[in-house]
Amino acid sequence: MNDSETTETLGSSRVKRGLAEMLKGGVIMDVVTAAQARIAEDAGAVAVMALERVPADIRSQGGVARMSDPDLIESIIAEVSIPVMAKARIGHFVEAQVLQALKVDYIDESEVLSPADYVNHIDKWPFTVPFVCGATNLGEALRRINEGAAMIRSKGEAGTGDVSEATKHIRTIRSEIAALTAKSHDELYVAAKELQAPYELVLEIARTGKLPVVLFTAGGVATPADAALMMQLGADGVFVGSGVFKSGNPEARAAAIVKATTFFDDPTVIADASRGLGEAMVGINVSDLPAPHRLSERGW
Amino acid sequence: MAGKPAPIVGVLALQGDFREHIAVLRSLGADARPIRRPEELAEVAGLVIPGGESSVMDKLSRTFGLAQPLKDAIRSGLPVYGTCAGLIMLADRLLDGINGQQTLGGLDIAVRRNAFGSQLDSFETDLEIPVLGDPPLHAVFIRAPVVEEAGASVVPLATLADGRVVAVEQGNLLGTSFHPEMTGDTRFHEHFLRMIAAA
Repeated sequence: MNDSETTETLGSSRVKRGLAEMLKGGVIMDVVTAAQARIAEDAGAVAVMALERVPADIRSQGGVARMSDPDLIESIIAEVSIPVMAKARIGHFVEAQVLQALKVDYIDESEVLSPADYVNHIDKWPFTVPFVCGATNLGEALRRINEGAAMIRSKGEAGTGDVSEATKHIRTIRSEIAALTAKSHDELYVAAKELQAPYELVLEIARTGKLPVVLFTAGGVATPADAALMMQLGADGVFVGSGVFKSGNPEARAAAIVKATTFFDDPTVIADASRGLGEAMVGINVSDLPAPHRLSERGW
Repeated sequence: MAGKPAPIVGVLALQGDFREHIAVLRSLGADARPIRRPEELAEVAGLVIPGGESSVMDKLSRTFGLAQPLKDAIRSGLPVYGTCAGLIMLADRLLDGINGQQTLGGLDIAVRRNAFGSQLDSFETDLEIPVLGDPPLHAVFIRAPVVEEAGASVVPLATLADGRVVAVEQGNLLGTSFHPEMTGDTRFHEHFLRMIAAA
């Protein structure tokens, strides 16, 4: 970046990472129709994720899950004025090109869809649109950042309503960051090797004690208390997938999760927000899922 | 300022990049604190409304009883600086808000939300800002608003090459479409601390 530049620079890292900074403390909600997007915006979502099927339905219906129909994405962009995100398959850079052409505000290169490449993720640097990617641990997060991800979300186990994997992933990332900050400089070379992450990023984390991008959490968040748990564990914000629109009263639940995310450290507010929400999504215990159906194991 | 206690500056912490503002203000010697409740507002000598999603800040500030105390504080002359979403919150008139979106008001301006388009149109550029002097300020615009109309008592502080107004001051209120808290250039925050000291 040249400071004497007087023209406008589009798609810089600062601009890409900056939008995620503005989403902090907020809730990003999965929506499958324009009507749901309207409910999410009215309930206080900070952004919406436009997709054809929420993870719970992808899970129950099976088959290959792909990028959504452009008409659906455009109808959602037309309906709301908060940022609209959409998912591309891991490694499917053409789906990403299409989503950029549709002018989505963020692309989620997501394990919730069927991977298109079992070796490579998308090279995200050439794109003007920013990317968010999932991670289960620090090494995975740093590999995605090295490929150009401008935001990281812990993966959790999408479509289950079981928050245990999300808890594990955010705790793992945070404790691996803390461990790096305690290492002496000569130990960071081996640390980078063990994390399978670039040395320069490992050095940066060791010095700053935080990721260079915003860290949200996702996967299995279904209640206001779940969202507050993620925030107390150090997330910058939360994604709620199936948890809102697979519940008994999406409007009330969405608004309640927004409140609990802002007042995550105030049990009185969380208690009030948790009252009278009707049924939460039914959910599946992650331990009951056979390994091939665990989405968080996709991506590497 | 020697010998005087550091001014208490609140940063509205309902949603958005409030931590960045707190860090900048603390680096300049202010006693910066996150504000989420009406009783916390009572102690501050100035307030920053950060970047974020203005529709969410509006909703939460009304739900948790903060909107009216904020309006009262602005009316009684509390210095307030709004960046991006914060500028929207300070505008008397809002264009392209969501259903039922309200602002706190105070600045006699009409602001258009997401005036540049989608995230693909977010950008960085250098701005000449006479009130801050040289060098130009490197400014980051993220799905940013612009000031479309301004009353006679509003002073424009910065414009884009096409003439659109992106920074304004009126009395004790300061607003920018862009995010000085993201770039390490602290001159806008220093300017705001001088406004607090003079208030």
